[in-house]
Amino acid sequence: MSTEPVASIPEGRYTDGEWHRLHPLTPLLKGGIAFVAILGYVVVSQRDRLIETFFGGEQTEGDPVVWLAEHGYAGFAILAVVAFLVIVIVAFYFSWRMHTFRITDEVVEVRSGILFRTNRKGRLDRVQGINIARPFLPRLFGTAKLEVNVAGQDANVQLEYLGSSAADELRREILRLASGTRAETTQTVVDASGTVIEQRVAELLAPELDPSIAPPESVVKLHFGRLVGSSVLSGATLFIVAVVVGVFVTLSLTGSLFSLVFLVPTVIGMGSYYVSKFTRSLRYSIAGTPDGVRVGFGLLSTSNQTLPPGRIHSVQVSQPLLWRPAGWWEIKVNRASKSSAEGAAGQANTTILPVGNRSDVLKVLALVLPDVDSAILERGLHSKGGDDGFTNSPKRAAVIRWFSWRRNGFALTDSAVLLRKGAIWRELVIVPQARMQSVALHQGSILRRLGLAEIRVHTVAGPITPSLGAIDATAATTFFLETADAAVRSSGRDTSHRWRSGEALA
Amino acid sequence: MSERLDLPVTEWRRVSSKYVIVDVIGYVIFALMVLIPAGLVSYWIGFEWMWAATISLAIIFLLTIVFTPRRVRSIGYALRDDDLLFRRGILFQRFVAIPYGRMQLVDINRGPIARALGLSELKFVTAAAASGVTIPGLPEADAEELRDTLVALAETRRGGL
Repeated sequence: MSTEPVASIPEGRYTDGEWHRLHPLTPLLKGGIAFVAILGYVVVSQRDRLIETFFGGEQTEGDPVVWLAEHGYAGFAILAVVAFLVIVIVAFYFSWRMHTFRITDEVVEVRSGILFRTNRKGRLDRVQGINIARPFLPRLFGTAKLEVNVAGQDANVQLEYLGSSAADELRREILRLASGTRAETTQTVVDASGTVIEQRVAELLAPELDPSIAPPESVVKLHFGRLVGSSVLSGATLFIVAVVVGVFVTLSLTGSLFSLVFLVPTVIGMGSYYVSKFTRSLRYSIAGTPDGVRVGFGLLSTSNQTLPPGRIHSVQVSQPLLWRPAGWWEIKVNRASKSSAEGAAGQANTTILPVGNRSDVLKVLALVLPDVDSAILERGLHSKGGDDGFTNSPKRAAVIRWFSWRRNGFALTDSAVLLRKGAIWRELVIVPQARMQSVALHQGSILRRLGLAEIRVHTVAGPITPSLGAIDATAATTFFLETADAAVRSSGRDTSHRWRSGEALA
Repeated sequence: MSERLDLPVTEWRRVSSKYVIVDVIGYVIFALMVLIPAGLVSYWIGFEWMWAATISLAIIFLLTIVFTPRRVRSIGYALRDDDLLFRRGILFQRFVAIPYGRMQLVDINRGPIARALGLSELKFVTAAAASGVTIPGLPEADAEELRDTLVALAETRRGGL
């Protein structure tokens, strides 16, 4: 048992620097998964038997459950399962007893484990994001899972589970401590009237995004029709259409039904993929709050993550060819932490906007990159090239950039580097200067013959690798030197790791 | 043929010329590890194209080894006011600029051959894996001095991630 006293859970304040325990329902919610698993096994293994009971038919031989029932051991079997469940829940109870956490002004710290003790500390000024996930079952019980992402691989501090309102409160407090402001946040009053059931129902029906934390004009929502359309116009759909067409062509040519074997699993797989994609993307919203960008989604299981300012290392806006007539774009980001939570639409959580039109994209970019002028972003997305504020490839680059040489270019603003490429698959990569790790200039023999060079901007690892090839060698050299200077300047004046430290004491 | 890339940096610091020996020995060992099995296989099976492949590999290795002094001379670094500049490569040129404040750690490695010649390799690590600046062939004392300088510079310019 822990040697230090553990403060009893007060309503609200977790940030007093004392050790706290998680929500008392935690052992049940974690042990409950084992129960569901056992139940699931029995149901699956007895499926045939159930069908036979209702519809008649032969008895199956050699089934362990049938054997137990026929030899009068059913009671023992049930007892064994119950005993196992009790042991699991007791084990979870003790692990809950030993699982404590505390939040001080500097760190968030978790101790856990019965036999193998672990102790994990995360520095608050290195917090890269906070996720609150509410899977359906825990959500019914009014609990939530909170995860603090700290920079690094597998560097997350998980608090599983907390009371639902306590999780929101804790996130607000962690962000307040991390932001460096010394102002106290105003305590929001939770409406605690009504019975427990009424509270649960109110919580389930509440909008995913609390309207009080973000001004409605900053909120971007995902339209359902657009989500459907974007999935229809995706590579996966083309693939399934190709499979179906292929199957029917073989069917009509050979008359053999064998090819149907491929069709059924494909259709089932794709169906479940689309269903989970849609339910996860319902009620999707992305909004700006004082403590960063908040991305939330989900109908039954909800999830939302907050990315504090200055935690986005690069942004990529791209447009698959099929989305072009509709004018849709997708936005991805590079982050310094790897969160275990999935993003909306079953994608990696680095995709912060699965699909959006021009105004959505500009709104989201204004949230994640508040310092970059929207006019240049607009030109970065749509301009065909020419004299538009970007330094583009010279005409001789047309040898290796057949269609895109007019558009293939870069721009350097006060706070960011913009790399634009692709005339068919259009793409714009924006790297905030204060987040650049280093910059490189490359030239191979073919590029040298053409008097061209390639530039690369190094950021933390992620889905985006910012690079731009086929740039005039002299322009690239100038860019390299200017960017190197800009990186130093911007990181010197950057204060986003304590983003509200400049605020006056309120 | 257009001009080679160059930066207006007056003074590139070069690595020790003894590093040529380290690099050549490394390449010779690697070449033997590839060529001896390739030669034996060609001898046993005796297809002509196998001999051709082995011989062309041998020529590539020979050229690589012959150009080693030139390649080592192309490695350079410069400590500017606020960042570290690094260059290498002749056919494929690469320049990298890393602000000192971006340093996460500095490694010093010594392989057996380099150690026998009193050389070290200094690796400058940032939060981006792609930065990858490794300065080989530094005399041991220089490497340690450079490491201390870099750490001190990084300390005065520390920022967020």
